[in-house]
Amino acid sequence: MPGLNEFLILSAVLFCLSIAGIFLNRKNLLIILMCIELMLLSVNTNFIAFSYFNADIAGQVFVFFILTVAAAETAIGLAILVVLFRGKNTINVEDFDTLKG
Amino acid sequence: MEIATLNLNMLGLLPEIVLLTMACLILVIDAYLPKHQRYLTYQLTQGTLIGTALLIFASFPEQRVLAMNDMFISDPMGAVLKLFIVLMVFFAFIYSREYLRDRNILKGEYFVLGLFAVLGMMIMVSAHSLLTVYLGLELLSLSLYTMIAMHHKSQTASEAAMKYFVLGAIASGMLLYGMSMLYGVTGTLDLTRLAQTINQIANDHTVSVAILEKISEIKNDNIAVIAIGQQITENAGGATAAIAQILSENTDNTAAIAAIKPIIDQTMQSYTILLFGLVFVIIGVAFKLGAVPFHVWIPDVYQGAPTAVTLFIASAPKIAAFAMLMRLLVDGLQGLQVDWQNILILLSILSMATGNIIAIAQTNIKRMLAYSTIAHVGYLMLGVLTGTQEGYAASMFYVVVYALMTLGAFGMIILLSRAGFEADQLDDFKGLNERNSWYAALMLIVMLSMAGMPPMIGFWAKWSVLAQVIDAGFIWLAIVAVMFAIIGAFYYLRIIKLMYFEKAEDKTPIEANIDMRIALSANALIILLLGIMPQTLMVVCLGALGVS
Amino acid sequence: MQNVALIIVLAPLVGAIIAGLFPVSRRFAHRVTISAVGLSFFLSLYVFYQIVFGGHEIFNETLYTWLVAGNISLEIGFMIDSLTALMMVVVTFVSWMVHIYTIGYMRDDPGYQRFFSYINLFTFSMLMLVMSNNFVQLFFGWEAVGLVSYLLIGFWYTRETAIYANLKAFLVNRVGDFGFILGIAAVLMTFNSLSYTEVFGLAQAGNYEQTISIFSGTEWSAMTVICILLFIGAMGKSAQFPLHVWLPDSMEGPTPISALIHAATMVTAGIFMVARMSPLFELSETALSFVLVIGAITAFFMGILAIVQNDIKRVVAYSTLSQLGYMTVALGASAYAAGIFHLMTHAFFKALLFLGAGSVIIAMHHEQDMRKMGGLKKYLPITYWTMLIGSLALIGFPGFAGFFSKDAIIEAAHHAYEAERAGAFFAYYAVLLGVFITALYTFRMFFLTFHGKERMDEHTREHLHETPSVVTGPLIALAIPSIFIGMFTISPLLFGHYFDGAIFVEAAHNAFAGHESHSSVAWMIISFIGHGLLQPPFWLALFGFGTAYYFYMIRPDLPGEIVKNIEVPYKILLDKYGFDRFNDWFFAGGARRVGDKFWKMGDIKTIDGLINGTANTIGWFSSVARNVQTGMLYHYAFAMIIGLAVLLGTFVIL
Repeated sequence: MPGLNEFLILSAVLFCLSIAGIFLNRKNLLIILMCIELMLLSVNTNFIAFSYFNADIAGQVFVFFILTVAAAETAIGLAILVVLFRGKNTINVEDFDTLKG
Repeated sequence: MEIATLNLNMLGLLPEIVLLTMACLILVIDAYLPKHQRYLTYQLTQGTLIGTALLIFASFPEQRVLAMNDMFISDPMGAVLKLFIVLMVFFAFIYSREYLRDRNILKGEYFVLGLFAVLGMMIMVSAHSLLTVYLGLELLSLSLYTMIAMHHKSQTASEAAMKYFVLGAIASGMLLYGMSMLYGVTGTLDLTRLAQTINQIANDHTVSVAILEKISEIKNDNIAVIAIGQQITENAGGATAAIAQILSENTDNTAAIAAIKPIIDQTMQSYTILLFGLVFVIIGVAFKLGAVPFHVWIPDVYQGAPTAVTLFIASAPKIAAFAMLMRLLVDGLQGLQVDWQNILILLSILSMATGNIIAIAQTNIKRMLAYSTIAHVGYLMLGVLTGTQEGYAASMFYVVVYALMTLGAFGMIILLSRAGFEADQLDDFKGLNERNSWYAALMLIVMLSMAGMPPMIGFWAKWSVLAQVIDAGFIWLAIVAVMFAIIGAFYYLRIIKLMYFEKAEDKTPIEANIDMRIALSANALIILLLGIMPQTLMVVCLGALGVS
Repeated sequence: MQNVALIIVLAPLVGAIIAGLFPVSRRFAHRVTISAVGLSFFLSLYVFYQIVFGGHEIFNETLYTWLVAGNISLEIGFMIDSLTALMMVVVTFVSWMVHIYTIGYMRDDPGYQRFFSYINLFTFSMLMLVMSNNFVQLFFGWEAVGLVSYLLIGFWYTRETAIYANLKAFLVNRVGDFGFILGIAAVLMTFNSLSYTEVFGLAQAGNYEQTISIFSGTEWSAMTVICILLFIGAMGKSAQFPLHVWLPDSMEGPTPISALIHAATMVTAGIFMVARMSPLFELSETALSFVLVIGAITAFFMGILAIVQNDIKRVVAYSTLSQLGYMTVALGASAYAAGIFHLMTHAFFKALLFLGAGSVIIAMHHEQDMRKMGGLKKYLPITYWTMLIGSLALIGFPGFAGFFSKDAIIEAAHHAYEAERAGAFFAYYAVLLGVFITALYTFRMFFLTFHGKERMDEHTREHLHETPSVVTGPLIALAIPSIFIGMFTISPLLFGHYFDGAIFVEAAHNAFAGHESHSSVAWMIISFIGHGLLQPPFWLALFGFGTAYYFYMIRPDLPGEIVKNIEVPYKILLDKYGFDRFNDWFFAGGARRVGDKFWKMGDIKTIDGLINGTANTIGWFSSVARNVQTGMLYHYAFAMIIGLAVLLGTFVIL
């Protein structure tokens, strides 16, 4: 059975991966949405690990809420993506720079 | 296993419940209303807001009352902030209606989303658990993303929505990551218990640092034990108590020190994790407020979103973000005040500098106001970072004033715009005085107030936070703040110059509904009137924070 | 009481707003403003009755805290005691009369509504001033009356002389106000409070033994510094030498204004203020001597100037200066009650004289030169008789209002002289000789205007007739108190306990202490008159009257002869001792020259070079810095990550 530290390291790695994914990826908006999802999952891992090792149920409850919100968030994100695609016929991240300066 | 007794105390959140019910009802009603009766949605929405405000007022709490099993708190500060939030949104809806109709996005969903956003803000304001903070924040953010994207014919709007969405998601991810750290160390989500545990750990940390110093200084274990004993304060709990226990039971000094060391290591580690959590949590709040370097979304979203939505985003949610700052840092993390003070100082200086300087180069007034917001956020944080009740009151004063001024400024942009014309360039304000001297005067009041000129309320807002900062001993910080305020005055005054000293290029008469005209005039006049009697608002803010 | 006080103050403000900011008709404008002031007057009477007869205790309450800065709070509040109540009644009554009179005087003026709005605003400001219970509100009222005065002097803003006059009044008053606000600052520094009661309490408790070092090495008693600074403010507002220069020019404004602001009320604000501050002034002999000397100079030398003036309003104006000097002498002699007493009687008879002069001016079709008048008695009977009453009151004819107050002042000066107060010797003789001068210029004006040959042109003569009743009504209403007010109020004001608790006089300084007798009031008045008949002032006044009669009725050619013989002194007098010329050359010209230097050195070199350079640099920096906001989502995300890394690096790891 891995200890708390192992779980924390895992979640930290996931978190870093997701962040790296967001700013290294310059092509596809969908990948950004996936990275965001990954980030939330890393947080979930954290919460569950802490909850388990602290023997406190609240952390796991929090995870359920995060999952629910994440679902709603993704729905909205995809909706915006669709609107964006209809307007510009592209979901390339580099094409969205009309607002700047 | 013991089952905790449920303490729901539903009456405490009656305004929220009513608001939620009405929002759902309006959504359904709007769907069934024939097209020509859609105006009812608007009226119902405004009625709901008035009702909510009345309920908040009627159930004004005298002191802190916990509800929903301690997840929810109603206190004077929260009630005052909620009242202001509802008021701002009420004004924002008045301003928005015509703008939305001209662009064919006057839909019931807009108002329903607005109401949900208000609900989110109210939950943020009243949050007493990390979970409620998060849920309120998400309810607000998700509504805002959607409101921006509603103008689906506008490419800038959807671009702005996407940017806001992605960055917002990253920010809430970070916030959650920080929350998980805090939860991990303290084992609780409840803000009061969190604060207690963190205070404990912060104390232990101070003691531990002192003990470590002694151990490294004094090589002789026997003397070191005595020195350690002196460090231990009376009635201490937590790790300090454990150390005291070891010392009192010890017979062998070397063994005692060996036994103390792991406890100290444990404390130091907890403290470091807490600091990690603190930084992540602050990022979450700073993003919502728009403090540099987490401000990147603000200019793009303010510019890209339909002006009516910008108006909405720029005013009330800032009050909610301030409440979030207060709930998390002051209610929850007071024990780490020394640390978050430094972080806030850094963010504050960066915000004032970036906001004020970059605003000068803008030609789009919405974007300029966005940078001005960033600068205002810098000033807003000055009061909080002092860590005193008076400082918090000054910041609360500032945020309310800021929201009022922003409302007025964007209201003016909406007033000048019409179907097919956004009036979002600085040049669109040229010669406003010849076109309509009353509106020019209103804009003059708003701009002077934003620049912090007496006798407008904006001056008193800056003055009160600066006074608190000086009181707390950060004179240098006050000087820096004043310097950037002077730089900042330039771009506000430029608008006044454009309005009064340039020829109008666009001579179209300015038309607006009577309610819009009255609301906008009232908005600007309140800024002037409060500037003459600043104590009125200050007393409310001080009272809300329990300072007499 | 609180609500009544609020209505008294706010009614004129509301009137001013209605008449000034809304497009109302002429009739509505004067109706609303007159009823507002009327309401204030009757409520003031009520308050007066309550305080003086009703036994109502002194009202002192803070209504609103405007601002709290540290431990200093700036508040709005009212303090109504016997002094305030008296001032309220005088101010509202005179103001009310002037309002009514204005209907006639300004009948054809295009700025009718504006005028009513201003004088209503003035009433509001003046009430704020007298009813204040702290220094800040006093200063507000002080500045507000100054502002309205400025607006009204320049009421006919197309006239160049009016603009010059109001600018002059404004600038000269700035000098006084500068002293005044320094005085308030000194009060704040010494007592750490701005509330009257607290400051007076502390001063009386003896907590004033501080010294202020103005220049290194010199130590000044804090009390003396405070009082002199405050008095400098009074010098500006009450037109005391050498800050008197603005008052004669202020006659460029419409005559009702001269009566209301520049004779009866605003210019007496300084007198009122010093009386109000009597607990402070009593503590500094030096300051009192200063006040005394300044007052005496003003009373004597300004009176002389009135003799050579030919403009009827200017004569009255210089007479006002001189009478203000009398009041100041009273203050300097610690006879605050006598000062206030003279202030009150003077308010009535001087307003009467001004309005009478105005009535003459109306009848003469806005001709103000007395050399073109004469023999008006038969055309303007009501004006004639009321003016006569005013003149007799002014010269202090026994029984008239001015007699009592002026004699009281001379008595006080004499007492101060006997008590060996520095400067009192000079002051006593100045006010004594002043009586002769007063009688001389007053009856010179009177004879030139109403008696003698008719020197106006044919056209004017044909149209001469008595002025309408809105003009003569206030004249009559003011003539009555000009006769009787002195008689009926001297006993309580001077010898009684009317000002107990409002004005503080040290026992040794009290000039009227010995007069406190238990005989009946009527007997006291008669004995006062009888006593007056035997004193030099009465004979001096009679002598002055005789001189005027001889020069202007019997030998009208004589003044011209005399002038030819004493050309140099006459020129000096016509030049008003050269103050205006000196001020124009030294202060105005000097300021221009210095400003020119600064502009060349400061503006062109520093501002254009350094400051604009800084601005340009920031602008350039701004245009570069905005490029950081690239518009690319991944850059934004990257910025946030950098922020995170920096925060973690600085605050957690290090």
